[in-house]
Amino acid sequence: MKKLDRNGRHPVRLTLNGMPEEGFAEPRMLLTDFLRHEVGATGTHVACEHGVCGACTVRIDGKAVRACLMLAVQADGAEIETIEGLAEADGSFGPLQQAFHENFALQCGFCTPGFLMSLSEYLEKNPDPTVEEIKVALSGNLCRCTGYHEIINAGLDAAKALRERRQQTD
Amino acid sequence: MPDFAIPEAVRAEDGHVGRRLPRIEDRALLRGEGGFVDDVPVKKGTLHAAFVRSPHAHAEIVAIDASAALALPGVFAVVTGADMAAESDPMIVGFENPIDYYGLAVDKVRYVGEPVVAVAATDRYRAEDAADLIEVTYNVLPAVVDPVAACAPDAPKLHPRSESNCVSRRHFVHGDPDTAFAEAECTTDLTIRYPRNSITPMETYAAVVETNRETGGFDVLSNFQGPFSVHTVMALALRIRTAALRHRSPKNSGGSFGSKLTIFPYIVVLCVLARKAGRPVKWIEDRLEHLSASSVAPNRVTKVEAAYTKDGTVTGLRLTHWDDHGAYLRAPMPAPIYRMHGVSTNGYFIRHLEVTNHIVSTNKCPTGAVRGFGGPQLYFAVERMMQRIAVLTGRDPLDVIRRNLIAAEQFPYKAIAGSLLDSGDYRQTVEETVEQGDLAALKRRRDAARAEGRLYGIGYAACVEPSQSNMGYISTLKTGLERERAGPKDGAVASVTVSVDALGSVNVIGDSVPQGQGHQTALAQIVADQLGLTPDDVVVSLDTDTAKDGWSIAAGNYSCRFAPASASAAHQAATRVREKMARIAAANLNVPAAEVEFTDGKIHAANNPDNAIPFYRVGGLAHWSPSSLPDDVEPGIRETAMWNAPELTPTTAKDEINTSLAYGFGFDFCGVEVDPDTGAVTVDRYVSAHDCGTILNPGLAEGQIRGSWASAFGATFLEEFRYEDDGTFRSGTFAEYLVPTAAELPDIRLVHPTPHPSPYTRLGAKGIAEGNQYTTPVCIANAVADALGVEDIELPLKPAKVLAWVQAEEPPPSAAVEPDGDDALPARPTIDGSGEVQVPAPPEHVWAMLLDPERMARIVPGCERLEAAGEAGFAGAVVLGAGPVRGRFEARIDLTDLEKPHRARLSGTADGPLGSSRGEGAFELVAQDGGTLVRYRYSVELSGKIAAVGGRMVRGAARQLIDRFLRALVREAGGDADSGSSRGLSARLKRLVGGRA
Repeated sequence: MKKLDRNGRHPVRLTLNGMPEEGFAEPRMLLTDFLRHEVGATGTHVACEHGVCGACTVRIDGKAVRACLMLAVQADGAEIETIEGLAEADGSFGPLQQAFHENFALQCGFCTPGFLMSLSEYLEKNPDPTVEEIKVALSGNLCRCTGYHEIINAGLDAAKALRERRQQTD
Repeated sequence: MPDFAIPEAVRAEDGHVGRRLPRIEDRALLRGEGGFVDDVPVKKGTLHAAFVRSPHAHAEIVAIDASAALALPGVFAVVTGADMAAESDPMIVGFENPIDYYGLAVDKVRYVGEPVVAVAATDRYRAEDAADLIEVTYNVLPAVVDPVAACAPDAPKLHPRSESNCVSRRHFVHGDPDTAFAEAECTTDLTIRYPRNSITPMETYAAVVETNRETGGFDVLSNFQGPFSVHTVMALALRIRTAALRHRSPKNSGGSFGSKLTIFPYIVVLCVLARKAGRPVKWIEDRLEHLSASSVAPNRVTKVEAAYTKDGTVTGLRLTHWDDHGAYLRAPMPAPIYRMHGVSTNGYFIRHLEVTNHIVSTNKCPTGAVRGFGGPQLYFAVERMMQRIAVLTGRDPLDVIRRNLIAAEQFPYKAIAGSLLDSGDYRQTVEETVEQGDLAALKRRRDAARAEGRLYGIGYAACVEPSQSNMGYISTLKTGLERERAGPKDGAVASVTVSVDALGSVNVIGDSVPQGQGHQTALAQIVADQLGLTPDDVVVSLDTDTAKDGWSIAAGNYSCRFAPASASAAHQAATRVREKMARIAAANLNVPAAEVEFTDGKIHAANNPDNAIPFYRVGGLAHWSPSSLPDDVEPGIRETAMWNAPELTPTTAKDEINTSLAYGFGFDFCGVEVDPDTGAVTVDRYVSAHDCGTILNPGLAEGQIRGSWASAFGATFLEEFRYEDDGTFRSGTFAEYLVPTAAELPDIRLVHPTPHPSPYTRLGAKGIAEGNQYTTPVCIANAVADALGVEDIELPLKPAKVLAWVQAEEPPPSAAVEPDGDDALPARPTIDGSGEVQVPAPPEHVWAMLLDPERMARIVPGCERLEAAGEAGFAGAVVLGAGPVRGRFEARIDLTDLEKPHRARLSGTADGPLGSSRGEGAFELVAQDGGTLVRYRYSVELSGKIAAVGGRMVRGAARQLIDRFLRALVREAGGDADSGSSRGLSARLKRLVGGRA
């Protein structure tokens, strides 16, 4: 493993929602701080910084990952997807966003980016989940506003929309 | 899953109020384009703050040395309590009291996590480095954490100017309770201990402050939620004009549930820090800071006594409260207990009441607003008592509730303590809930379960849900004479401004400071209806700016203020705009203004829709052609409503207070099963009904109910801020302070009862956001009481605690119940252990190694420096960590009872930014197999941050450290660490893997 000077600022180059981004980070800088304050991608939120709440969940090379438990320098060269990349090409809501909107699945919206990114990975792995499966899949994301009921319904609706879309393209 | 949705309103055929309109707010939030404080760009050169916090529950501050921190590059300023005392005034609360509170500890610390020093540096990482370098020397004092014990004359006293930790005691008599009790057929009493919890919003406190040279004050951006009466408290503390404290809130706030009220002391400290640093300062609270030191609901001990008849009619009620507010009172504390004073008798016809309120200081985090605001504590006592009366009279608990409820024909009903219950039919709501929620089926389930010998119970709870607080209710805490001196306090002014520009575009601003409730959407619905437009035609901006907005002291988002107050203000402002535009249009349409209607973007004659003028055209006339307006019509269209309700009157001479404007009603019932082997409580079915009058948007309203259910479920089963008897704080992470997730939260059946709109709010709407905070904890507690036949139910319902009730032949008093088993932690956060290791060197060599600082420095994990100290001992610095928490400790170890080369005792201390520890131990060296068998034992007690983040993690880390030390010892002695036998360790590691420490 490359050893970095602890006091130096090191270049970090990554792909964010398909676009190249570049910035500098001390070795100890968290990926969340890098995304939000170096790159300016403030859609990803920080709520506990100890890996429990899931608000900062992003996808790194496809996997849903807690960006608060990762250093920026570890993400050098990675492909990162965040909430900012979920909309359609024309800017309209993607299926997950639309389902959240129609189900009142967010209130303050602070935890929402994490729920969306966790679901975006999970629904690829399990395109037709049961209520119980969605509950378990979301058990690593905390929401203090909604009571989850609407989020679970949104997850089911999004799964259905994604399945229909897949059928259309097949 | 069953979804009993609130039906859309049908009363306004073409209106938007009452419709399930998807939220406007989502458009930005779902794209990651929200505007929270930390998303707002700051000026280049803005500094970042970090706080040094107390590791002790109670201690004198002997010395603070910040020299090393200030020498660190990038550090601009530090502020201590002494600086605050010199540069600011104590932050006032609503009554004369003996507590001086400055936001930073002055002379003494009074709870774990209390801010002691603030430091500003170029970035947060450097600010935290600097905070770690600030050395604070403490003289630890005894602490007190129980509110009843704290009132004892010999209890450790927190505040030097106070006579007792009971900083306020008030006694209220309404009706004739003495006679009611003396003449009662039956009386009984019950003591309740309600725990400390909060709702921990996902976004923590956040603020950016800078000095403003023009005003001599400060510009602040923060997620403060109001009430803005506290704006005055901040300005007075900073010794500036109120107008010179410009406060802005951004458009989004990540939840609050009350907690963001008490960011205000931090704002005051940050202002002093920014002034000293000469630059803007930003602070984002971290999760440990939030859990340990932001705000909690007061825990409370209540003795409730009831006088009642043999048929279960309650004739008198006595409530004696000990309300635990922690180390300081911060405005508007101790408001929660007084906000509920008027409804002390809940929704029951009880005409004789006695209330005694003790407001108590203890060595715990200070309190603040938490959703429910005094209601969960009160109703837990009252509704547990209703269940007890049912048991004691041999009646069905539902019959006892029904029998005592206020009758429909009694509304508006003046409760004996002063609340004017505006509307409702509580008995009808109960009947509708019983029917729609199918109580009969639930009873069959219970009977079937009991027939099989299972522990199944049904619980009920009713609640009056107050909304829109009377700003005068806190004055009830003062005596009549004090109130007379201070002048009357009453009302609750809400402000909304509606303007129409030259192209007819509609703009709405307001003072409701939302944190996710969907106010933009609801206000757009209300204003659109008044102006004949669609919600999409209305732009609502709810970021606030005290320098520009219409606002008054009641501004903010708390106590279900929006639906009664902000909605009324919006309705009033929009009505004024409508009236003005009607007059302009009437002149053009040649009809009287009273005969003008607004439909689909047109203003037209009521009886002839073709006689119309476009809405935008009237906006254009008002701005482009003032000369064309009727004589008495001012140009422009901008109406600010400052709405208040005359029913919000001041406290009477008899201490009666109408604490809120609109009172909804909630009724819940549930079935639970208790596992007799584990004590786990399963909610089998939960039915909840809320009559909150007019529903503005069913999607938003349901979200409030379900959200309240979720946090109330957390309060019932999981959430508690735990303190040890010495004040050590144990709930510093989301792994220790557990909150419900999607996986364990059961679903709830919503019943929508017949609504009874409020006659006192313009749309008939009442608040709905707090109902389940009131009903759910006690509804489930009543069900558990029914299942087990026990009297004392104490939350949260952790399985080990419930199991003790299951197993107890005689129900133990709640105070004596100590959790035990898997989810229990030891009484103090102690790490102890023992073991032995074979070292390949004779005892004399091992002895020499253990007493040689140079060699020990090589062996001790994380040792930075070690030297001999005292007669026999070491002093030095070590860097240790547990999980994500890592820090430097100044350590001192003394050896006593030395028997060279056989045995010695050790005692020592380690202090650092992460906390303090005290430990003792011993080792013994036994010659064996040509080497030495080292036997050891140790016991270490922890406090401060390291204790708060969790015993589980720390214990594991400590064992790893011991293991590393022993391996290094073997290596230093010339052996192979991996072949050295370490029996105690491996045995314990196996136990660890097995899941038990």
